[in-house]
Amino acid sequence: MTAPHVGRPVTGAAAERFAAGTGRFLDDLGSGAAAAAFVRSPHGHARVLRIDLADAERVPGLIAVFTYRDLTGGAREPLPVLIPHAALHSPRTGLPLADDVVRHVGEPVVMVVAVDRYVAEDACRLVGVDYEPLPAVIGIPAARRADHLVHPGVVGNVAACMVQENGDARAAVSAAPHRLTLRLGVERSAAMPMECRGVYARPDRDDRSLRVYSATQAAASLRFALAAVLDLPADRVEVVAPDVGGGFGVKLVHPWPEEVLVPWAALRLGREVKWVEDRAEHIAAASHERGQQHEVEVGFDGDGHVQGLAVSFWHDTGAYTPYGIIVPIVTSTQLPGPYRLGAYRVEFRSLYTNTAVVTPYRGAGRPQGAFVMERTLDAIARFLGADRAEVRRRNLIRPSEMPYDQGLTFQDGRPLVYDSGDYPALLDTALTRSGWRDFATRREREPGKRLGIGIACYVEGTGMGPYEGARVQVDTSGHVTVTVGLTTQGQGHGTVFAQIAADELGVEPRDVTVVSGDTRRFPYAAGTFASRSAVVGGNAVALAAREVRAKALRVAARALGAPPDELRLADGAVVANARAIPLATVAVLANPLRYAFDHRTRQATQFALDADPDRPPLDADDAPGLDATAFFSPIRSTFSAGVHVAVVEIDPDTAEIALRDYVVVHDCGRPINPAVVEGQIRGGVAQGIGGALHERIVYGDDGRLRTGSLADLLLPTAHDVPEITIDHLVTPSPLNPLGVKGVGEGGVVPVMAAIASAIEDAEGIVLDRMPITPAELWELRQKHGG
Amino acid sequence: MSEHEIELSVNGRRQVVRVPARRLLSDCLRHDLACTSTHVGCEQGTCGACTVLVDGAPMRSCLLPAVTVDGCEITTAEGCRAPDGGLGRVQRALVRCHGVQCGFCTPGMVVSIVAFLRECPRPSPEQARDAVAGVLCRCTGYQDLVAAVLHAARPDGGEGG
Repeated sequence: MTAPHVGRPVTGAAAERFAAGTGRFLDDLGSGAAAAAFVRSPHGHARVLRIDLADAERVPGLIAVFTYRDLTGGAREPLPVLIPHAALHSPRTGLPLADDVVRHVGEPVVMVVAVDRYVAEDACRLVGVDYEPLPAVIGIPAARRADHLVHPGVVGNVAACMVQENGDARAAVSAAPHRLTLRLGVERSAAMPMECRGVYARPDRDDRSLRVYSATQAAASLRFALAAVLDLPADRVEVVAPDVGGGFGVKLVHPWPEEVLVPWAALRLGREVKWVEDRAEHIAAASHERGQQHEVEVGFDGDGHVQGLAVSFWHDTGAYTPYGIIVPIVTSTQLPGPYRLGAYRVEFRSLYTNTAVVTPYRGAGRPQGAFVMERTLDAIARFLGADRAEVRRRNLIRPSEMPYDQGLTFQDGRPLVYDSGDYPALLDTALTRSGWRDFATRREREPGKRLGIGIACYVEGTGMGPYEGARVQVDTSGHVTVTVGLTTQGQGHGTVFAQIAADELGVEPRDVTVVSGDTRRFPYAAGTFASRSAVVGGNAVALAAREVRAKALRVAARALGAPPDELRLADGAVVANARAIPLATVAVLANPLRYAFDHRTRQATQFALDADPDRPPLDADDAPGLDATAFFSPIRSTFSAGVHVAVVEIDPDTAEIALRDYVVVHDCGRPINPAVVEGQIRGGVAQGIGGALHERIVYGDDGRLRTGSLADLLLPTAHDVPEITIDHLVTPSPLNPLGVKGVGEGGVVPVMAAIASAIEDAEGIVLDRMPITPAELWELRQKHGG
Repeated sequence: MSEHEIELSVNGRRQVVRVPARRLLSDCLRHDLACTSTHVGCEQGTCGACTVLVDGAPMRSCLLPAVTVDGCEITTAEGCRAPDGGLGRVQRALVRCHGVQCGFCTPGMVVSIVAFLRECPRPSPEQARDAVAGVLCRCTGYQDLVAAVLHAARPDGGEGG
């Protein structure tokens, strides 16, 4: 019997290709394509007075220069608002090329197409654009003051305002024995995948079709978006996501201006055009996240039970709202985490600023929510003189309370109901694994060192709809192909989907090839985001494979003359007692043929089959082949959870902050591949460490970007990320057949909160914002008397 | 723009190519010589994805005009394979230890680790961390990369248990 593959740390074929140096990323394609480059706004806010193309047009090798005036059809229209919402009362999106006003540094103004990128950039440098600078709105305080507006007519720079409440939180705060008020903030950072964005368009004049390769997380949706914007029938547009070098949310936005302009130019010029973003463009012109300011009122009793929590926050949404208000909705609904709050009210405003757009980055608003909730619990513990972990325990939702309804509406428009979980067990395990209870002793053992320990908990809604699909095919060699519509950017989908299909079909994972992100192969999908691929896509694979298995048993039963319930699939064959029929043969028999072309298919032609002459070769409700397509559409999100404990050591003189230990205890339901799960968690924690201690995107008050390179924007290196200890608890989800929950983002969610808690513990100084650098901590020390 | 004829040995193969003076080694390898494993992540010398070995030493190919390495031996990830064309020792260790996620930084990691292990064949865990600290990875959190360095350095070549 084939051993189960789900649950094992299988390695995958993609890793071998990448290690060999044979990956096929966007810029590895289209070597003969013309190169596009963009002239982008150097101003945060300015009127475009005049564009002079004369010098640029004289550059040898130039093919074309386009401004907004040259654009046609849908390319002249504002980009789509991808997720409209009733609370988003003033949505605004940019034009693919700016017309009269630019609203952030990096906004594209002129598109240049040339024989290669060097020439295209030469021409960009010779484009003259006269700007009249306008006052820039930078940062949440300036946006709230609204002395200047980002968009005329958007009063107070407010794009959206939304309130959710469960119980009367303000009354509960007033009535509580103790009350605290906190002001908390998180600054800007960004996804920063190692591969920037890129688009390569191949028009085919002969059949009037368009193929677009894009480093995207949403190939299927990009296809429909491009068909709509470029006014093409969808069946004339194909979108392919090749190997994609990380996404973390930024590649989910679509269509980016460049995703409209490159195909538009390719159609206009009748030739292949490719644009590969450079890092300076990526930092300025792609998306950012995290910037929020919160005001918290909390009421609690003498044991630290939260009786009421009222939060108001302001979310910096950047210059436009292409992705709607998903990030602040996620913050506002995931803020309560694993806790039972007596009453909760949250109110947020999304504010326009003259900065790059803000769209989901791994965690998608949760890190801010966890920071606020966990800072609040630390403040309660400090007020009461209680142990921080104990205060958390008292507020945790208990397993007996599952499923637990938080009384809010989540980002999928569904009720926020936690499906399963054992939060006290997560906390206990984390305390044990981290040595929480013995930390005072450890401090005494290491005198002279400024050590601190911090803790933070989180819940992550994962695996939301609307749906994903999969097609599972067994070919006549017995090889299995799994095709999914979602995309992959390094999450190991090829490995985990192969494991799922292998177990359902009794084959080895290496006998399964997984194809993703190609609308020619699978047209319907939402995409890869919100920790949903293993949950929604994985279950679709299981369902499709189960259909194939059922058909294989049916076909084999007929061939073997045995009842289907005496058959099973194992070792690449259908087995009945002593007899076995290879899956390859079953695949042949499942497809009645007119023509034979090799020794295998001879068994399936009309003269070879021992078929019932009174039945059609294919039953009325059947289709040829061992080939099934299935979709999985979850009723609502499933909720992962975890607890992180960080131990820091801080230099008493320089305030340098080093992470000594980092413990993660998490529950993502049934892990399909523990190595993939741990890789996702470690990567998330590393990004969380970046957001806590290193990364910050800074704009000057004039709207200029001050952190325009990776030398300014300090992504963590191997020396900044400690060994991370991981422990898994398993509470299967009741909401899907595999019992899985998502894990793509959980690692990043509580990191800022845990590190803030640890620094506070080491220093005895209250932290109310993140990130924090050694220089800032040193300043804080001076303010608090050293 | 003046062009120059340069001669490179790329992964052991002699290549003669005409390049403009400003052509970066990364672009020359990728676009003139079809060595697409050399990935360009920042063009500012920070991320390390474009790292190649120049006469055995790891260098940022995005900071080197190709004309400055005329006559040099260049090794990319494609050149770190085993003699039979299969994965080399470091490449196998990266796969086995789950040190590969999106794959974009991987070629820079491969050549950096290969060069590092030549200098330091039996690294401590701290030294193994140094081996990967010159290349940014946004996916793995580095732990599995450090494990891969140690695995590749095992006396049995990382092939045992």
